[in-house]
Amino acid sequence: MSVLEIRDLHVTVGEGDDAKEILRGVDLTVRSGETHAIMGPNGSGKSTLAYSIAGHPKYTITGGTVTLDGEDVLAMTVDERARAGLFLAMQYPVEVPGVSVSNFLRTAATAIKGEAPKLRTWVKDVKTEMAGLEMDPAFAERNVNEGFSGGEKKRHEILQMRLLKPRIAILDETDSGLDVDALRIVSEGVNKTREEGDVGVLLITHYTRILRYIQPDFVHVFVNGRIAEEGGAELAEKLENDGYAAYVKGSTEVASA
Amino acid sequence: MSASPENTSTTELTTDTAALASELFAPGVGAQAGPPTTPAEGTGVAPGAHSHGGPAPTGSPAERFTSTDPDAFGVPTGREETWRFTPMKRMRTLLDGAPSDAHLTWTTDLPEGVELTSVEAGDPLLKALPEPADRLAALARQRSGGAAVVRVKSEAQLDRPVTLGLAGTGSDDIVWGQLVIEVGAFARATIVLDHTGLARYAGGVAIIVGDSAQVTLVSVQDWAPGTVHGGQYDAVVGRDATFKQVVVTLGGDLVRLVSNVQYAGPGGTAELFGVYFADETQHQEHRLWVDHAVPNCRSNVLYKGALQGEEARTVWIGDVRIRPAATGTETYELNRNLVLTDGARADSVPNLEIETGEIVGAGHASATGRFDDEQLFYLCSRGIDAETARRLVVRGFFADVVQLIGIDGLQDRLMAAIEARLGALPGLEEQSVEQPA
Repeated sequence: MSVLEIRDLHVTVGEGDDAKEILRGVDLTVRSGETHAIMGPNGSGKSTLAYSIAGHPKYTITGGTVTLDGEDVLAMTVDERARAGLFLAMQYPVEVPGVSVSNFLRTAATAIKGEAPKLRTWVKDVKTEMAGLEMDPAFAERNVNEGFSGGEKKRHEILQMRLLKPRIAILDETDSGLDVDALRIVSEGVNKTREEGDVGVLLITHYTRILRYIQPDFVHVFVNGRIAEEGGAELAEKLENDGYAAYVKGSTEVASA
Repeated sequence: MSASPENTSTTELTTDTAALASELFAPGVGAQAGPPTTPAEGTGVAPGAHSHGGPAPTGSPAERFTSTDPDAFGVPTGREETWRFTPMKRMRTLLDGAPSDAHLTWTTDLPEGVELTSVEAGDPLLKALPEPADRLAALARQRSGGAAVVRVKSEAQLDRPVTLGLAGTGSDDIVWGQLVIEVGAFARATIVLDHTGLARYAGGVAIIVGDSAQVTLVSVQDWAPGTVHGGQYDAVVGRDATFKQVVVTLGGDLVRLVSNVQYAGPGGTAELFGVYFADETQHQEHRLWVDHAVPNCRSNVLYKGALQGEEARTVWIGDVRIRPAATGTETYELNRNLVLTDGARADSVPNLEIETGEIVGAGHASATGRFDDEQLFYLCSRGIDAETARRLVVRGFFADVVQLIGIDGLQDRLMAAIEARLGALPGLEEQSVEQPA
């Protein structure tokens, strides 16, 4: 049982006079076994929340706390956060030339588990998970994200989540750029992880589309750097019908696609 | 803190007609600084090399000057195109050219079908070699007063690589050397020149690749600190032959290698691969010249370098020329540099001169960038600590080229040397250099 607690989180981007406040007091609690959807219009700060929790150096925390089971996440380095059980599936995964997927996955698993996984069971695990995500075995020998299509990148992110078994998984716009087949496959991967263990999931999305595949327990509407409304799955339906207009004056953005 | 685009420069040229045309007609293309045009003489082994006759039709890039007479080049000041990147103060001892009888210590492993012999100065074999292209190479040819000769019989299929361990003795005397490698037609051979120890060394290496032969020449510069090494490598690639050169420069104070390729007949392939890793104050310079003068030949160049520490300096010059007669040419060259710390500098100058439109393809790319913070964040966000992440990326960067050597033991040694520079990679001992295709 794990709890990620975010209290009154304030985050800026940029330095000195150019610093701009993006998060303006975020409160959120994600527990094992729960799936939270964070929905909001473009520029509302959803991705900033994800990257701030993961520790991206671009963002400066100016106030508030983030704890995982009482431990101060903000005091940890990026890799310590991952080893503590946090995982961020990125919207734009980065290419790492010269490092093969198999080498990368094994190095990551070694870091997370604290020891190298047994070769035989590891190879089998990777093959099984790749098959589940309908990924070609040849994928393992390609360089990390190099020349991957949008769909391949997202499957690769979910593959990592499956293998690294985080306590809290943050999925940042995992549905963006996916066709229907890829969305189904990726969603099945997430659902399998939810069924198997008591992972807490924070699903960040602009559109309601992925919520038809991954049923959230809680929906938070994110506007202008803070949570504007909270509710259950029914809130997503309301957003699908009405868009974000009620929250953003003059906005014509729609939440459905 | 993000990937800093201001530190990254990339040029990509394709075989796309418009791109080629702009390459051809861009201002300055084809112009080359240097001494006035003088046709090379005595390059009998490569009849095609200078047989185009008359000025080139596209605007006459200067012919590259070559000579066996050191004084024909004058004493370089450092302002010349061929020397402008080189730290002349550190090169001066070699360029002064004091005669010497000093030698490197040779340790040889010669498989069946290989003969090691020598020829005196004035031997017809030496007269037939491609000529030196700068004063230092001319001095090496002259001062060495003869040459060591490695002969691989025609049709020989060697059961293991020919290895010449060439070790510096630590003497202050300059070592002048000339090596000629002759590989007979249809033979298949790998030759390794393994440079170690402390030396001041100027060495010429000429490799004559017989028709349809398949030859790999590996040159490892694993010198001790303080070493100064200047060398010219000339390959003459026979009809339908394949020549692969892998240059690995890790050690020494100053290493400046010039690798030239010419084709003696159509259908030849040259693959020029290199890796270099410069630490504090090291200067590593690799200059390539691929001269396509006969039809239907291919060349492929891939050099990768990393730099770390104050005043680490690398220079890569990739000249490829496609002469009017060289129809059906296919060429590509790529140089990538990874600048790991502040205070290091990499220069990368690809230069493609195309004098015929009837080619299969030609292109080049050059990219020099910092270690990418976004890559670092990505790897760290998977639990990998920053040091390991950095090593992982650099290791992958080099393994890519090192594995092209094709000799497991040597590959492992070189990767170990690279990793020693970066520190050991925890938890990855059991992984070998090879990556399944």
